Amino acid sequence: MVGKMEAVNGVKSGSNSSPSTFQSAFFKPDLSLKSLKLKTKQQELLIRVSILTLVYILAFITRLFSVLRYESMIHEFDPYFNYRTTLFLTEKGFYEFWNWFDSESWYPLGRIIGGTLYPGLMVTAALIYSIIRFLRFAVHIREVCVLTAPFFASNTTIVAYFFGKELWDSGAGLVAAALIAICPGYISRSVAGSYDNEGVAIFALLLTFYLFVKAVNTGSLAWALASAFGYFYMVSAWGGYVFIINLIPLYAMVLLITGRYSMRLYVAYNCMYILGMLLAMQIRFVGFQHVQSGEHMAAMGVFFLMQVFYFLDWVKHLLSDTKLFQAFLRITVTCAVGVGAIALGVGTASGYISPWTGRFYSLLDPTYAKDHIPIIASVSEHQPTAWSSFMFDFHILLFLFPAGLYFCFKRLSDATIFIVMYGLTSMYFAGVMVRLILVATPAMCLISAIAVSATIKNLTQLVRTKSKVAHTGSSKGTTSGKASSKASLDQSLPFQRNGAVALLIGAFYLLCKYVTHCTWVTSEAYSSPSIVLAARGAYGNRVIFDDYREAYFWLRQNTPPDAKVMSWWDYGYQITAMGNRTVIVDNNTWNNTHIATVGRAMSSYEDEAYEIMRSLDVDYVLVVFGGVTGYSSDDINKFLWMVRIGGGVFPVIKEPDYLVNGEYRVDKGAAPKMLNCLMYKLSYYRFGELQTEYGKPPGYDRARGAEIGNKDIKLEYLEEAFTTSNWIVRIYKVKPPNNRW
Amino acid sequence: MSRFVVFLTLIALLPTLSFSFTPESPTDRRILVLLDDVSLKSSHSLFFKSLQSRGFELEFKLADDPKISLQRYGQYLYDGLILFSPTIERFGGSVDLAAILDFVDSGHDLIMSADVSASDLIREIATECGVEFDEDPAAMVIDHTSFAVSDTEGDHTLIVSDDFIKSDVILGKEKIEAPVLFRGIGHSTNPANSLVLKALSASPAAYSANPKSKLSNPPSLTGSAISLVSVVQARNNARVLISGSLSMFSNRLFRSGVQKAGSSTKHEKSGNEQFLTELSRWVFHERGHLKAVNVSHQNVGEANEPSMYRIKDDLEYSVEIYEWSGTSWEPYVAEDVQVQFYMMSPYVLKTLSTNQKGLYYTAFKVPDVYGVFQFKVEYQRLGYTSLSLSKQIPVRPFRHNEYERFITAAFPYYGSSFSMMAGFFIFTIVYLYNK
Repeated sequence: MVGKMEAVNGVKSGSNSSPSTFQSAFFKPDLSLKSLKLKTKQQELLIRVSILTLVYILAFITRLFSVLRYESMIHEFDPYFNYRTTLFLTEKGFYEFWNWFDSESWYPLGRIIGGTLYPGLMVTAALIYSIIRFLRFAVHIREVCVLTAPFFASNTTIVAYFFGKELWDSGAGLVAAALIAICPGYISRSVAGSYDNEGVAIFALLLTFYLFVKAVNTGSLAWALASAFGYFYMVSAWGGYVFIINLIPLYAMVLLITGRYSMRLYVAYNCMYILGMLLAMQIRFVGFQHVQSGEHMAAMGVFFLMQVFYFLDWVKHLLSDTKLFQAFLRITVTCAVGVGAIALGVGTASGYISPWTGRFYSLLDPTYAKDHIPIIASVSEHQPTAWSSFMFDFHILLFLFPAGLYFCFKRLSDATIFIVMYGLTSMYFAGVMVRLILVATPAMCLISAIAVSATIKNLTQLVRTKSKVAHTGSSKGTTSGKASSKASLDQSLPFQRNGAVALLIGAFYLLCKYVTHCTWVTSEAYSSPSIVLAARGAYGNRVIFDDYREAYFWLRQNTPPDAKVMSWWDYGYQITAMGNRTVIVDNNTWNNTHIATVGRAMSSYEDEAYEIMRSLDVDYVLVVFGGVTGYSSDDINKFLWMVRIGGGVFPVIKEPDYLVNGEYRVDKGAAPKMLNCLMYKLSYYRFGELQTEYGKPPGYDRARGAEIGNKDIKLEYLEEAFTTSNWIVRIYKVKPPNNRW
Repeated sequence: MSRFVVFLTLIALLPTLSFSFTPESPTDRRILVLLDDVSLKSSHSLFFKSLQSRGFELEFKLADDPKISLQRYGQYLYDGLILFSPTIERFGGSVDLAAILDFVDSGHDLIMSADVSASDLIREIATECGVEFDEDPAAMVIDHTSFAVSDTEGDHTLIVSDDFIKSDVILGKEKIEAPVLFRGIGHSTNPANSLVLKALSASPAAYSANPKSKLSNPPSLTGSAISLVSVVQARNNARVLISGSLSMFSNRLFRSGVQKAGSSTKHEKSGNEQFLTELSRWVFHERGHLKAVNVSHQNVGEANEPSMYRIKDDLEYSVEIYEWSGTSWEPYVAEDVQVQFYMMSPYVLKTLSTNQKGLYYTAFKVPDVYGVFQFKVEYQRLGYTSLSLSKQIPVRPFRHNEYERFITAAFPYYGSSFSMMAGFFIFTIVYLYNK
């Protein structure tokens, strides 16, 4: 790498300089060495820019596996909603988008889309789209949406570089950029097609943090203002902004306590908080939460505390008597804390300050959701993280993280305190909820980068000083700094040098392993669109199950435009986006009762369910069934959550009715209510006639490895309308009431 | 080429050629009569004549005629069906239980008459329509108090009944003076079925049993639970008449005089003719058929129907309702037509005013709730076809620029921000230039 750079540099310097100097340089090598030496800074810059460019490109292309393997399509569930809204935004304009009342979801309640989403992602994509269109590139909005996340991931590497530079040095910045470009924890949410809020939010998060640290380091209003705008972008993009608005006050608080309070912090925090808050209020979904919700109160408290501190400083400046000041301090602090506590108490009691939301509680107490809010606990990405997924998502960063912490503590500054706090808090949250690994990833990368950079720097210094000492030690005197290092080196020179080389090779090996691991994880685990499933066939060939889209297009083509489709909420966004039909519930789980009603319908007997479906004007019921293909995240496996969520609102639904001795089963030994509830009937209708696997009886469920218990299912109020080729999606039509009864 | 043109013209003319049941004139026209026996055609000629005189085309076929079929190429050949074949075990041609039920379910009318020893097939059709005949095939309705007085004492199976359904729409405005003669099997209506109505019930003293054998067990059907003639109006407004007696349609009972036991008044003519003629008018949609047209709703003062309302909008709703008089559509006049503005439950329930010429209208304010609402008119009155109109319309909240721009309550805030700005400006000047 270095050799190549020098070659490039040589050519560059040659072209810049006149032929005479080139010749002189050619003939007098010591002169050319001098000219090169003069341009060390430029060389370094060139290397840095080249590395950053390569990292930038790498971050983009490593996320393109899914596009190459499948096609340019939107993944998963939520991205379909984002895609649909972006489409609406580009077609109808911003004001229509802002005021959009969607009557196609949450029938019959509807949803005010403009007021219940974070518009940052859609506006960003629409902006990119219009810029590209303005440049006369005829692209489809879908392509823009698919590539938004990789593009922002690339931008994140740049931010990571500057952040690393701010924290440590430019070497750490480069390593951080390289680490974050391919870190699986981040790639999981930013592959091409994963058009979700997190894709841009991590960029915004890191940008805000970087600008804030910069503001604290410089004490400049301009950086604080920039950080407020970064915060605004974050608020507009993702609900995770709550992390920022709690971490920054916590950081300020820690600085106050550790006696690192400075005017720089005062300027940075106040400017960022006030402007950020005002800007954030412009997002409809956030509104007045910054002054009214309990989750944002910490920031406000620290803001007032900061004023008290400033005031005290001023008083201290005026009062020369320390005793008097001590008394004054005691009174002021007591009063301030007392007033704050009273204000908080009164605000909470009067309902002006809303209490913490369930999601927030479940962060602080991981068992909270399980006991109180089944709908949060039911989401797989809200589960506590398994240790293996830390290994999977972070790989060597997991070991480098403590090392980085060590280096941070060794060279403590305002900036390193920040990154340490960011790292520790986000690691805690990552342990609580699996999807928050994403938030921890940048901190992990930055801290690990510090470790890598500092270690390698030390090691190379060891190696290079050694050779330099051997080479130039006799001719020239060493500087005082080098002398001290030489003094420490002198004790066991040969061993240390070899050790350093070995350690360097080891570090190189580890980093190589990291790269292969990241590429493997990206390619194998995080690049499947989950709307198209792939499996290995008997001969090692790839089998594609495109049943979801088959079903949604069937809905689009064969049902009346105002048909209402009932399904479990997971598929709501996809049905509205791809099937273009009205759904009862969708992934925006804002109304628990409505979801519970659907859960109740699914877990009731057919006649009871029919009443519920009639009352909701349901025309079609869609279930996802993996018994034929062995697809395990189907509705039967999610069914207990439907029972729990339904039972949470309607106590007639009781979980034990569906279990046998606490065991969930679908075979002959299953509970009678289980065997006759709507979900079971719809999933297994006519399944008893099907031979799924050689050597197994008909009706053998491959997803659960059991022969089903009710093979003779008769439907009275529904009729099968469509089943996809691999039976993954089954659609039933709700019959009209009997004509003569 | 010319052939093709002819073909096209024929296809174009096709709709005008069919005189079938259309929404425009709901009265039936072509009726298939399936008989057990050709002699029924003459013995029940009065009933058939009255139908023919009202413009119906009757096509008589034997029930086991192998050529009968109700539909051809997916089109029904008849608008109505009369089954006077109580003993038939199996229809000829393509007609079977499912075909007859499909016929009704696609909106066509049916008159069927069972009789003593009715076949299983006929019973099954009745069961599917919510009527259960007495299971004993030999059972007849016997009434020892209100039987028809005759010269011979008899076994009291020729009973009289004047317990009619109380509905002018079904039985006509003219009161039926004479009681109806009935000899046949009784039935009960299924309580789970809300669509079946007893048009003629037996007296409280009646019971259903085999008159030839001694009564060993208490009869299963007794009293006014016994229905002699029932009518069903299906959800798609197809109408069905089920009678337990074929002879009540006969010329003999149409003509015969009647005297109820224990009553001194002797009527020259039984009520059968009037009762059954009026009932057949109702069954064949000559009466009691409503239609709703021109449902419209708009903001007050606007002409066009919006695609979406806003909360607190003032809107107008109107619908025109007409009644079929047998020959033409007449305005329907009633004071009890209501409209609901419905989202899971009615948020607005208003009785519509009428201009007596068929137009029903009202105006109301959209409630302060957004969502997908429906204008619902559910008008179900005894004898009339059920009107059930629903029209979906979303209601959206205010747009961002539809709120009041400046509100009085906010003046302190406006004042404070402007004074803050002014103060800051002055402070800056003082700070900068006052050194």
